[in-house]
Amino acid sequence: MENVKKMVSATREKPQRTNKKSRFNSIYLYLLPWFIGILIFRLYPFINAIYLSLQNNNLITDPEFIGLANYQELLFGSTQTGVLFRTSVMVTFRYVFLTVPLVLVFALFVAFILNFRLKGINFFRTAFYIPSILGGSVSVSIIWKFMFGNQGLVNAFLELFGIEAVGWLVDTRFAIIVLALLRAWQFGSVMLIFLSALQNVPVSLYEAASIDGATKIRQFFTVTVPIITPVILFNTIQVLVNAFQEFNAAYLVSDGGPLNSTLLLNLFIYRTAFNSFQMGISSAASWIMFSIIMVFTIILFKSSNHWVHYSD
Amino acid sequence: MNMQVKKKINTSLRYGVLLIVAFFMLYPLLWMIGGIWKNNSEIFTSAAFWPREPLNGWESIRQGWTTNTPFNIGHYFLNTLSFLVPRVIANVASCILTAYVVSRFSFKFKKIVFASVIVTLLMPDVVFRIPMYLLWRDLNLLNTYFPLWLDNAFATNSFFIFLLIQFMRTIPRELDEAAKMDGCNSFQTLIYILLPVIRPAVITVALLTFIWGMNDFLGPLIYVTEVARYPLSIAMRMAMDTTDSAVEWRNIFAMSVMAIVPSLILFFSAQRYFIEGIATTGSKE
Repeated sequence: MENVKKMVSATREKPQRTNKKSRFNSIYLYLLPWFIGILIFRLYPFINAIYLSLQNNNLITDPEFIGLANYQELLFGSTQTGVLFRTSVMVTFRYVFLTVPLVLVFALFVAFILNFRLKGINFFRTAFYIPSILGGSVSVSIIWKFMFGNQGLVNAFLELFGIEAVGWLVDTRFAIIVLALLRAWQFGSVMLIFLSALQNVPVSLYEAASIDGATKIRQFFTVTVPIITPVILFNTIQVLVNAFQEFNAAYLVSDGGPLNSTLLLNLFIYRTAFNSFQMGISSAASWIMFSIIMVFTIILFKSSNHWVHYSD
Repeated sequence: MNMQVKKKINTSLRYGVLLIVAFFMLYPLLWMIGGIWKNNSEIFTSAAFWPREPLNGWESIRQGWTTNTPFNIGHYFLNTLSFLVPRVIANVASCILTAYVVSRFSFKFKKIVFASVIVTLLMPDVVFRIPMYLLWRDLNLLNTYFPLWLDNAFATNSFFIFLLIQFMRTIPRELDEAAKMDGCNSFQTLIYILLPVIRPAVITVALLTFIWGMNDFLGPLIYVTEVARYPLSIAMRMAMDTTDSAVEWRNIFAMSVMAIVPSLILFFSAQRYFIEGIATTGSKE
């Protein structure tokens, strides 16, 4: 958590010398909406989610307190719900481990090329950002489904290179890749953040490196990457947390199929809560998902002491 | 090989890569537009943008507007706007106030406030979903638009607070000091001095709230149950889900294209600020 401390301490400023009394009141007044919001819309639901996860709650009959039985069923139970939950955890991991490296490497690579002060950078920046705007829309889900159909655009394109048609959305091995590609297609905002970080690397550092005879590629790994590690950390966490929570693609493009091979956790939780009205077990599942995300975030923050370089 | 030639080769290689990437980014969208003029079998089997025998595209657009659902696109779009406009206003106002306090003043609980913003930024929405659903149900607000925007009035979206804090930190404090000398109170300083300067960030917040809201699917899916109140995203899904085997997909494609037009228009009209605003989120200053 060292970096969180750094981020927090960076906000500390010298106290203002003014008419303290009146200023204080207005500050707390400005903070009031946020304070109410965090109590009612964050803290209360957060605690209530724990409470719900210990209940058998189907919205109709009175909720019944059952201790950790929901967690036990999800983690070890042999019921359909338990088995399905564990499948969806595996599916989610596969999706996350496909998506996160794909998006980060691709975004950094494209940002690296765009950083060469080429003409027409504005056109490319716009073209690369448009998918990020539309990627989550139902419209794009519709075309994605068509593009990856058995005789669709992607297979027709692959055939040009003599590659055999793939049953993208009917083969349990490939369907998750289709969803990962939809996420990778929306690499634009991650790329823009990388690009602005690259543009802030002092030119003098490169000059020193090229006097030492380092090639462009070598400079990239020895000069650029260490300097932008804080931004790499920021982007990794953002992409990771978002990937764990993907819903639209799983619901709209593949509807969890074929044979639950794209049943992402968020879709599982939605179905258990709003199709079969098992609010208790669904809350338990969302708590497990929350813990998984937190563990990954904490590992990233902890490890960042070893690889993130802060210049100050 | 001399330096000149080498440089030229490098530059063309870079353009080559960028053009290939741009092709993969834009072709799916072009292909969707081309689909408006194609019959079903061509949509299912052809990778070409240009239709073999163009059908009447205006007719597809007209049919797409009417939709195969009980209402037309205009109706659903107005539904979307009726929760999106309050959401954008509420979100922008509440996040600016919070970010202003955190980035410009020192006070007793500042560390706690900032830490809470960061923690909620990292918390997945999924833990809040079921309790929130039950809360709105107990307030008797299911099948209204309140669950889709009311919480935004209370600065619940930490991502935007964080973005605004990052942006405000780049603005020199001297500006506030000068305003104070001229007799501005803290609210006037925010409205007349800071707001014009942080315009790119404010536009980014407004635009992202709008565009994400247009794409928001899960929220309306949970809270809106009546077809007449469906927003565009749910109506699109209803149209796409048709079991009618005689459905002409070019009409659905026309509908899909119309559904993304508002987001695209907004993006292009504010693009300059937008790209600057996005870039700040990653800056560590």
